Amino acid sequence: MLKKSILIGLAFGLATIVTGAFAQDPIKIVYIGKNTGNPYFDSITGGFEDACQVKGCDFLFVAPPTAEATSQIPFIEAQIQRGVNVIGIAPNSPDALNQVLDEARAKGILVLTVNGDLVGNESHRDATILPVDFTKTGPNQVELMGSMINYEGDIAILSATTEAPDQNTWIAAMKDTLANNPKYANMHLVATVYGDDQPEKSTTEMEALLANYPDLVGVIAPTTVGIAAAAQVVQSRMIADKVHVTGLGLPSEMRDFVKDGTVSAFQLWSPYNEGWLAVHFALGVLDGSIKNEVGGTFEVPNLGTITINDLNAMNTQAELTTFDINNIDDFNF
Amino acid sequence: MSVTEKSEIAAAPQRESASARPRWQVMLIRPELMTFVLLIIALIVASSLSPYFLDIAYILDSFTLSAELAMVALVLTIMIIAGEIDLSPASGMALAACTFAYAQQAGVPIPLAVGVGLLTGLAMGLLNGILVIRFQLPSIIVTIGTLIFYRGLAQVIAGDQSIRVPEWFIGINRVLVFGIPVPVLVFVILSVVLGFVLSSTIYGRQIYLIGTNPIAARHAGIRANRIKMSLFLLIGITASIAGMMTASRLGSVRYDIALGGELQMVLMAMLGGTYIFGGRGSILGTFLAAWLLVIVSTGMIVANILPAMQLCVLGVLLIISIIATNFIYSRTQR
Repeated sequence: MLKKSILIGLAFGLATIVTGAFAQDPIKIVYIGKNTGNPYFDSITGGFEDACQVKGCDFLFVAPPTAEATSQIPFIEAQIQRGVNVIGIAPNSPDALNQVLDEARAKGILVLTVNGDLVGNESHRDATILPVDFTKTGPNQVELMGSMINYEGDIAILSATTEAPDQNTWIAAMKDTLANNPKYANMHLVATVYGDDQPEKSTTEMEALLANYPDLVGVIAPTTVGIAAAAQVVQSRMIADKVHVTGLGLPSEMRDFVKDGTVSAFQLWSPYNEGWLAVHFALGVLDGSIKNEVGGTFEVPNLGTITINDLNAMNTQAELTTFDINNIDDFNF
Repeated sequence: MSVTEKSEIAAAPQRESASARPRWQVMLIRPELMTFVLLIIALIVASSLSPYFLDIAYILDSFTLSAELAMVALVLTIMIIAGEIDLSPASGMALAACTFAYAQQAGVPIPLAVGVGLLTGLAMGLLNGILVIRFQLPSIIVTIGTLIFYRGLAQVIAGDQSIRVPEWFIGINRVLVFGIPVPVLVFVILSVVLGFVLSSTIYGRQIYLIGTNPIAARHAGIRANRIKMSLFLLIGITASIAGMMTASRLGSVRYDIALGGELQMVLMAMLGGTYIFGGRGSILGTFLAAWLLVIVSTGMIVANILPAMQLCVLGVLLIISIIATNFIYSRTQR
């Protein structure tokens, strides 16, 4: 009797989780984020959605609960099974996804990495869409940090996960800039810590930095979760005059910190444009109007002429945008 | 199998006093039955949620993602029946995969590197076994310790980088035998072998007795320590094989392979009706539970259900199974 009612209860429970309708004729595009609960992806997704509305395609965003290296694999498999035409993905690992992405491409799916790339394994995707030329991110961030601390003192980096390919590219470039450009000779990188793009862990790591390095004058957090957590710590401790936080952040999340002076400036690009470009590019490749060849160019509404660079990489803008008290209200993503 | 027989034996003396439960009840009201029913329900619900779900090749393909953990869960089931638990094998998978990958990267030929991986597995099992048996420490604490230790060691060996494995070693999950991916086949064969050993050999009966009543087992002259040690070694080596299979599937090795996998393993054993305090459970139950978990999670992912909802459903499943298992065992004990 009890068992019966339990089973009925379960069946009822499962039955209530009914999903929506399924797509038919239009091109199906899916974007697989790093993890759920990451507001950064709302903005990219917005670009995908709007472009799909204009161009008439079906768009869906999915993401695993954690940003762990292999957690995207079942999601890729499921989308292959669903027969999507285009998979856009922000990869959680530069190489753990190689096999399953190859499988997707073998089934004729166009695989684009969006907002992060398979560094060193570029042959496992068709093209990549990056907001800016990522080789400039590291130097730009170091320059912004330097301008805030008069180019001297101990600084630290608060990153996302140890694995994240984009983060590691930028950190390497920051270290390179600090070591080789005499302008930054008095700035010393004392630590690089990882908050795994989780607010709690990022907060803990930030507090540990302050405890371990009392002479710290600056923290670069090139991740939206990290910079918000770092700013929160600085704000609650009221040490904004001593420890300067900058990095890559979302204007919507950072607005209050900028207005109360906790953070004087930070940088980013428009994630929205990545989704917008991805849809236009994908549909163009599928209908033959765009050739996915290095050196090729095509026009995208609102973005102008986009060039396909080496390794089939495309950028939505040339330089990072710097947000400060003067322009923060102009952006709402 | 043997649970049935045991229930019959337990029921035997009651025949004079109370009427025996009908034979069909003894045969059918078992935790495995519940797992089986849940599996059928999950299949029906998943098929109705998404038209893309019911495709045997896709389901088998999805099972390869969990097959490595499921293999270890089979041995873990026996471990729990024997009254011990091992929470370290998911970390063990990572450590064995890392030593294997490190060795082959350092130029050791692949067969030898596989040997290094297997030896790592044996060593991990041995360490767990010595701590639990020789030092008489509770296995749950010891293996939580080694869970952390093995994962840390894996990170020390591999660092933060991933180690590539050679091209020809990649893709064990793409090799099909009779249309079945090799990892699934390995899991099925292991289930049959372990199921036979547990249900139909003296060794298997002794395992049940150790878990049911260690004192009686000692008086009966069963060498419980020796059996437990053999189980720790077995789970260690199974974990190392599973780890290297993961390496082949992913094409690269990192210290975070199978991170959190111990939870899935325990979930499989519990869902299959294994009694957490030992003495009861079966390989069949864990076998069915592994499929149940894959069907449930795959069904939800392919239907694009929110990950948060997926966690809820898995949690509810586990709670249901524990309630049902306890209920069924308390009935059969009367």
